[in-house]
Amino acid sequence: MSARDNILSKIRGALGRSRPMTDVEAAALSAKLRDHRRGPQPAMNWEPVSRFRERCLSLSSTVDEVATLAQVPAAVARYLAGSGLERTGVCWPEYGSLNWAQAGLSIEARPARGDDKIGITGTYCAIAETGTLMLLSGPDTHPVTSLLPDTHIAIVPTARILVSMEDGLDLLRRERGELPRQVAFVSGPSRTADIEMTLVLGIHGPYRVHIVLVTG
Amino acid sequence: MQVQSEKFKAGAAKSLNNPHLLKAMANLRHRMVTGRAKSILELDNFEEIREAARATRDLSLANLDYLLEEFERNATARGTKVHWAETGKDVNQLVLDIARSNNVRKIIKSKSMLGEESGLNHFLQGAGIEVRETDLGEYIIQEAGETPSHIIAPAIHRTKDEVSDLFHEKHKLPRKTDIAEMTREARMILRPYFLSADMGISGANFLVAETGTTMIVTNEGNGRMTTTLPRVHVAIVGIEKVLPTLEDVAFILRLLTRSATGQSISNYLTFTTGPKQTGDQDGPDEFHVIIVDAGRSKVLDSDLREALRCIRCGACMNHCPVYQNIGGHPYGWVYPGPIGSVLTPAFVGIENAIDLPNAATLCNQCGVVCPVKIPLPDLMRKLREKQVERGLRPRPERLGLKVWAWFAVRPALYGGITRIAARLGHWAGGRAGLIHSLLGGAGWTRDRDLPAPQGRTFRELYAARAKRRA
Repeated sequence: MSARDNILSKIRGALGRSRPMTDVEAAALSAKLRDHRRGPQPAMNWEPVSRFRERCLSLSSTVDEVATLAQVPAAVARYLAGSGLERTGVCWPEYGSLNWAQAGLSIEARPARGDDKIGITGTYCAIAETGTLMLLSGPDTHPVTSLLPDTHIAIVPTARILVSMEDGLDLLRRERGELPRQVAFVSGPSRTADIEMTLVLGIHGPYRVHIVLVTG
Repeated sequence: MQVQSEKFKAGAAKSLNNPHLLKAMANLRHRMVTGRAKSILELDNFEEIREAARATRDLSLANLDYLLEEFERNATARGTKVHWAETGKDVNQLVLDIARSNNVRKIIKSKSMLGEESGLNHFLQGAGIEVRETDLGEYIIQEAGETPSHIIAPAIHRTKDEVSDLFHEKHKLPRKTDIAEMTREARMILRPYFLSADMGISGANFLVAETGTTMIVTNEGNGRMTTTLPRVHVAIVGIEKVLPTLEDVAFILRLLTRSATGQSISNYLTFTTGPKQTGDQDGPDEFHVIIVDAGRSKVLDSDLREALRCIRCGACMNHCPVYQNIGGHPYGWVYPGPIGSVLTPAFVGIENAIDLPNAATLCNQCGVVCPVKIPLPDLMRKLREKQVERGLRPRPERLGLKVWAWFAVRPALYGGITRIAARLGHWAGGRAGLIHSLLGGAGWTRDRDLPAPQGRTFRELYAARAKRRA
C-alpha cells in the first residue's frame, strides 16, 4: 500500500469508518463546500472608505487621495519628495501609460527586481475591516512589485473598497470563478518583533506602504 | 528533532537561574498577553466566533479523509504535485528527492514546525544542500545553533545584546545595538538568498479543501517571498490542517492573529493555488505539497483528539505561568507550553515526556484563551492518568500512593493518623505557624515556608457539624 492509502486508512480507522464515504455522505459535505456559508461576523457598522483609511494609518501605512487616475503621478511625486525617496521605480503595466515623466518620475512598466526601490501597483480590491489590499497574481499584476521594493505604492479606487475579506473572496468567485496562483492579503509594511518583542517596520518586504485613493 | 523532554526538570532549573532568559521572557508577558486582551475587544461576538471555530475544526477532523482527498483532487487539477508522508523521515526523503530531481543547491525556508519535528534542515545540510531560515527569529536561532523556544516567536529567549553579539560574530560587520539597525542588517544579509535560492520550503497554516489551496500567515514577508521567488516551492503540512472552505479560513483568521500576537490581521496572508500559470512572470515552475501524518492519525484515534484542533497561535504558552518563567527549551521538543505538554507525549510517546503533563498547575489559563477551545488541562489530566495506569510514575511516588491508599480505605485509622499529624504539624509550626523545613520535602521548603495545620482536621470539623445538626 502507498503512504497515501496507509494514511487515509488510518484516518478512516480512527473515525470508525471501514470504507470511503458513500456518495450520499460525500454529497452532504460537498454541499457544505459549495454553499460558502460565512462564519459568524463581528459588527461592522462603519463607513467603508473612512474605516479603510483609518485602519491603513493604524498599520503604519500612509494615505493620500486624488480625484482621478491622471492625478496619481503628481501625488506620487509629492509623496516621494516629501519622504526624501528616489524618483525611479517600476509599476504594473496597466499604469505604464500614466504620465510619470511629466511628474518628474522615471517609472518602468515591468516586474520589480531585487534592487528596485519603488514599486507601484493597483489592487484587486481593498478590505475596510482591516485596512488590507487584496492582490492577485497574474501576467500583468506581478506579486514581486508589492514585495521586493523598499517602498510599495498602491493605487486604490475607492469604488473597490469592500467591507470584509469574505466580500473580497465572493467578488473573486463572481468575477473570476477560480483563484489565481497567489492571492495575497497585504496589510501595511512588513514587520517583525523577533528581537525582544520590539516592533520594527521593514524586514523582508517593504519598509513603507503608501496608499493613493482614487475617488473618481 | 531529538526528544529531550526527559530532562525537563534540569532544564527548568537552568532557565530559572538564567537572568537573560527571565528578562527576555518578561517581554512576552507584557506584549503578547496585553496585546491579545486588547485586540479581542474589537470583536463584539468573540465567544460566538470562538464556538464556531471549534465546531468547524471538529467538523474538519471528523471528515478528514474526505477533505484531504478533496484537497488533493482540487490541488492536482491546478498542477500542484501532492505527496503523502507517514513519518518525519519520509518527509525528509521526499523533500530531498524533489530537490535532487531539480538540481537544487540552495534552499530558503519560511518557518515550519513540522520541519522542526523531522529535523529537515539538518538532514538536507547533511546531503550537501544549503538551507537558510528566513524568518528573523528562525534565522537567529539557526545561526546560534539552537532550537525554537516558541512556535511563533522562536528567539523569544534571546536578549538584544545576545543577538547583537551573534550578528557581530556571524556577519563580520561593525557591532550594532539598535534593534531597527540589527533588523536592517539581517534584511541585507538575507535578501541575496531570496533572490538566488533554487527552492523554497514553507509550512502552511491551513489547507483549503474546496480550492486545493495552501495558505500561510506571516508578518515579515518571507513567506510570500519563499512561495514566489524560487523555481520550486515545497509546502509541508500536517493532515489536521485542512479546512473545508475559504470562508472558514477567513473567519478563523480573526481569531488566529489576535490570539497569536494581538494583531487585527497579520501583514501577509498568502493563498497559493498551483504553480506559475500561463503568462505569469513570477512564481515557481513546480509546486509540491507534502501531506504529513507523523503521529497525527494516532492522536485522532485517541482521547486526545481535541488537541488536533490546534491552529498554532501560541496563546496557551503566552498565558502559561510555567512557560512564562522557564521558556520553551526545557519542554525538550518542538512544541512547548500547554499544547506541547499534550502533543509531545502524544507524538513521541508518553514514556518519553513524563514530566510535561505534570508541568502545569491546571490553572486553565490556556483553556480560557485557546481560540478553538482545546480543553488543555483535561488532556493533561488524561495523560497523567495514563502514566499511572501504565506504571510510568517514579517508584517513590507509586509506593507513597500505595501507602496512602492502604490507610485511606481504613477510615478510623486514617482519621486517627491525620489527627495526630495535624497536631504534630501545628506544634512544628511554632508560634509563627510556619514549617521551615519538611522531612523528605526539602526541595519544597527551600524557597518558601509551609503553613502549619491550624485547629482540627476536616473530618473532625465535619463530624462536629453533623452532630450539631442532628
